[in-house]
Amino acid sequence: MKEETTTIRPFTAAAFNQYLAEHKLMTVKCSKCGGVYAPPRAICPKCHSEEMEWVEASGKSKLAGFTIIYSGPTFMVEQGFDKKNPYVSGIVELEEGTFISARITGLDMSKPAEIKVGTPLSADFVEFGEGEAKKTYLAFKAIH
Amino acid sequence: MPKVKSLPRGVAMVGAGMSKFGAFAEKNSRDLFVESYKAMTKSVDKGFDPSIIDAMYVGNFSSDQFEHQAHIAPILADSVGLLPIPATRVEDACASGGVALRQGVMAIASGMADVVLVGGAEKMTALNTAAVTEALATAADVPFEIPAGFTFPGFYAAMASAYMAQYGMKSEHLMNVAVKNHDNAALNPNAQFGVTIQKWMEGRVAAALKKGKPAPTWANIWDFLHDESGNPTIAYPLRLFDCSPVSDGAAAVLLVAEEIAHQFTDHPIRIIGSAQASGSALHDRPSLTSIPAAKTAATNAYEMAGVSAKDIRIAEVHDCFTIAEVIASEDLGFFAPGEGFKAAEDGMTARNGAKPINTSGGLKAKGHPVGASGVAQAVEVFKQMRGQAEARQVDGDVSLALTHNVGATGSTCTVHVFERRN
Repeated sequence: MKEETTTIRPFTAAAFNQYLAEHKLMTVKCSKCGGVYAPPRAICPKCHSEEMEWVEASGKSKLAGFTIIYSGPTFMVEQGFDKKNPYVSGIVELEEGTFISARITGLDMSKPAEIKVGTPLSADFVEFGEGEAKKTYLAFKAIH
Repeated sequence: MPKVKSLPRGVAMVGAGMSKFGAFAEKNSRDLFVESYKAMTKSVDKGFDPSIIDAMYVGNFSSDQFEHQAHIAPILADSVGLLPIPATRVEDACASGGVALRQGVMAIASGMADVVLVGGAEKMTALNTAAVTEALATAADVPFEIPAGFTFPGFYAAMASAYMAQYGMKSEHLMNVAVKNHDNAALNPNAQFGVTIQKWMEGRVAAALKKGKPAPTWANIWDFLHDESGNPTIAYPLRLFDCSPVSDGAAAVLLVAEEIAHQFTDHPIRIIGSAQASGSALHDRPSLTSIPAAKTAATNAYEMAGVSAKDIRIAEVHDCFTIAEVIASEDLGFFAPGEGFKAAEDGMTARNGAKPINTSGGLKAKGHPVGASGVAQAVEVFKQMRGQAEARQVDGDVSLALTHNVGATGSTCTVHVFERRN
């Protein structure tokens, strides 16, 4: 019998993405000063402590800035986005007080002037590809 | 924050030149660099022997991706006959040129060199627009920003959306920056887009008529800039004329120790402030409407130079997008937060305004061969401060000028302060 142990995942992009694949948005919290960060960091930029821990975010958040992209990078084109089918990328402020970049869904892109900075959002997870190539992307959905 | 140290030895710019910026199918980055070097040597009033150059720093973002050519510094040194001097490529995205300039300043100030060639070069147009966009995107925080779908126009568009929400700016206000920078570039023979937006619009109408197509019926440039066929949206709220172009080009300046400057010219331009700061990815900042690295670099450069924002007569700032010029004009302390777009609207940043910004046409209209841009900014202030900017020369005495060069969304910023003493 293997002994059950709680493994602390490293504070890396790979671990962050692994959590996303499990549909968890994880922040990293400094055990010393309480600073909360997303994306993850191994060293606290405020107090330089190396004692960090993973803490799941609630996903409650609001839109801090956004853009509607009509001509995206190749991987977005492969996912079906183009001039006729644009998408929204945004900077999101989590209720934990930290910010992250993500796709934004549930906004009316035909009326961009009516999209409001400050729009409440909830975390969402968008999957693309199949089998080994499956990848989970962080998204936030507008709450209407 | 590191204490600002004064330069232990004075540094002067005694020569400055640039290639024409544009899209040149027949020229690679070394060809363009040779052009800029020749223009620089011509500008040195008393001439000089190139064998006295001690070292070379060259700003280049990504010849690897754009030309499939890495390790470009010794190649550029060889192309202008400067072997075997140490030649170093400097990469900090679109701030590569500004950082190369600062390396040159430090080499002379430290006493390790007396004469330094600072260059910048980028050949971008061999790739198509989609490939260029992806190459530029490698300057982002790739694992955490790119999966969100962001492109560089997208990042600055997000900053614009936050600025609009915070300060009540309309996206139309940004058009003032584009119109002004095209007006300036129309007077710059080295500019990629040496035409006013009025001429550009007339060109579009003439081209349609020539092809026998119905001519667009834009009433004026504002009508043209509001029309999706004239000025398509790239990344809302930014449109085509809010974006700097994909460019080929190079620039070169000659820096020397101040005590030997008189051997080269009776009109040297002293570099009295040189600062650089680093910043996080866009999402890791407390505000999207200001670039912290720019504020830090400006504060430190002013302190080193012993001057303040109000003393600066002209500035070349990093207008990779129109919103970037507005934010720069605030981060540099020229205008209060939220006032930059109004200053642009009121003509304060025009050539004849109180604080002329981007008399060269800026990145927007002069062109933005990324690694060259920070050096080309120094070329413009060299000309303006010496009264050699021809049709675009600003009125009066330009005794203090500033350059501001940004990498990515502000992960790097350099600010340099230049002084002319009579």
